[in-house]
Amino acid sequence: MSAMTYPLLGKRRGNLVLQFLISFGLVLLVALSFYFSVDLIGYKIVALVLLMVVSLLAMVFDIVPVLSAAVLSAVLWNYLFIPPVHNFTIDTPEDLLLFMMYFVVALVNAVLTSKIRKAEAKVRERDERAASIRLYNTLLNSLSHELRTPISTIIGAVDTLKESPSKLTAEQRTDLLTEIDIAGTRLNGQVENLLNMSRLESGFLQPKLDWCDISEMIHTVIAANKSAAHAHTLLFSPPEDFPIFKIDRGLIEPALQNLIQNALMYTPAGTTVRIGLSHSAHTCIIEISDDGPGFPPEKLSQVFDKFYRLPNMPTGGTGLGLSIVKGFVEAHKGHVRLENVKPHGAKFTLLIPAESSLLKPTEDE
Amino acid sequence: MNRPEILIIDDEPQIRRLLRITLESHEYKVTEAGTGQEGITLAATHAPELILLDIGLPDIHGQEVLHQLRQWYTKSIIILSVIQGEAELVQALDNGATDFLTKPFRTGELLARIRASIRRHQQTDGNPIVRTGNLEIDFAARVVKKDGELVRLTSTEYNLMALFAQNEGRVLTHQYILKHVWGTGYQTETQYLRVFVAQLRKKLEDDPHQPIHILTESGVGYRFC
Repeated sequence: MSAMTYPLLGKRRGNLVLQFLISFGLVLLVALSFYFSVDLIGYKIVALVLLMVVSLLAMVFDIVPVLSAAVLSAVLWNYLFIPPVHNFTIDTPEDLLLFMMYFVVALVNAVLTSKIRKAEAKVRERDERAASIRLYNTLLNSLSHELRTPISTIIGAVDTLKESPSKLTAEQRTDLLTEIDIAGTRLNGQVENLLNMSRLESGFLQPKLDWCDISEMIHTVIAANKSAAHAHTLLFSPPEDFPIFKIDRGLIEPALQNLIQNALMYTPAGTTVRIGLSHSAHTCIIEISDDGPGFPPEKLSQVFDKFYRLPNMPTGGTGLGLSIVKGFVEAHKGHVRLENVKPHGAKFTLLIPAESSLLKPTEDE
Repeated sequence: MNRPEILIIDDEPQIRRLLRITLESHEYKVTEAGTGQEGITLAATHAPELILLDIGLPDIHGQEVLHQLRQWYTKSIIILSVIQGEAELVQALDNGATDFLTKPFRTGELLARIRASIRRHQQTDGNPIVRTGNLEIDFAARVVKKDGELVRLTSTEYNLMALFAQNEGRVLTHQYILKHVWGTGYQTETQYLRVFVAQLRKKLEDDPHQPIHILTESGVGYRFC
């Protein structure tokens, strides 16, 4: 979060010269344009307009250029508008008072606006820090739960196997060993996702593009989820003569893995999960849809947020999966769409822009 | 028959214990080294049949251990690593490693790799026919049969198939395959490779999308089984 703010501040400092140019330019422009119409409206109105210009500048620019613009506008007003024009003398006590008041109001205006903006920035910073602490706590909570559950399973199952081997039937022993196996696989998956998240967070994720047989990749992911899919139907019919695409399989495969794992974990038993594959000229399109209950419509936009978990969901997720999906697809300059489908169910669509090739080896090379 | 000796070079005692129990229960003799230096010394004095080398060692980098071992050691070296598809793995394979396994691995897979590596090394050259499942590759006649039927292959397809068959069970990096089938200068043309592998699968696999013979090792290369 702080990494987001500092570059902006740095940019602002770099833009100081530009701020001076714009401030002075605007004041000069307004002063000059009124210089030729001052007979129509009177020179006192010009002061109000200039004051407004300075106020507007104060809303967007730093204090130093704004103060400088305020001084410049006062000087210009005196020189070009207060009679006698074209010199810095002021004849009447009324004009002198006006000039002094203009000067003070312009300065106060600039200083006050700047102070308000500083206070706002401070509040924003505090909010951001609070939000990142909240995020951190959410991560720790869900992580410790997500890691401890399989660890407890492993330790507990091993204890039972070690301490009361004679009381267990052969079938129970096999079951316990299977539980240890599942827990280990689950732990490995969580570590995988944490590593994926840290790759995203590092901020310089550069996809390593290479040619990939997308159908084969999808089959690999399906095979990896076979045991988790026993209560669901997983359907994928690969299209004939599908081109190969140049993508980073190391990023798209975990994205698919997360989507399929989610579909299996959060839809009721008996649900059918369909994987669709198609393409347009320069985009590979992968769809993962299910006929489960779908997402609450008002939550559709939030589910890709980091650590976001739908309320009242069964345990078994860190809230990292979908943000990884989004991050990895966006690293390919693609995007992820989520929509509910009729009559019920959810559909994720991955649109991945990539070079494709239908190159065929010739028979008589 | 003598029990083949396997040298484990890994700094994690728990992994060494697991490997020792697994390997000893499958009739292998086991020697352990906790550091790269110790591993190099033990390899020289014991001359093991196969070395399991962890690439992330604390004292010397695994690549360096591999490099030093390969100065004289000609038998199989299998790399153990915690990273999948990383450049490091490809580098190790291109620098003479026989195969690799990513932690966590299944012990069944470990034993299969060890068996394949040892068998391949003991094999005398010029085995004229390789059979695996429903496939048969006859190097003398330059033909490939599936379920006893001749499969029509272009010459490049045959060359690729022959390279796979000569390295049955072993992972081959993209670079290695491109260099041996297409020649020097084609090492970056992975597009050719993908297309020809897809074509071979179409002709040789029952389901080309769920291959059982030509397997993809994501980010590394292919393995023919």
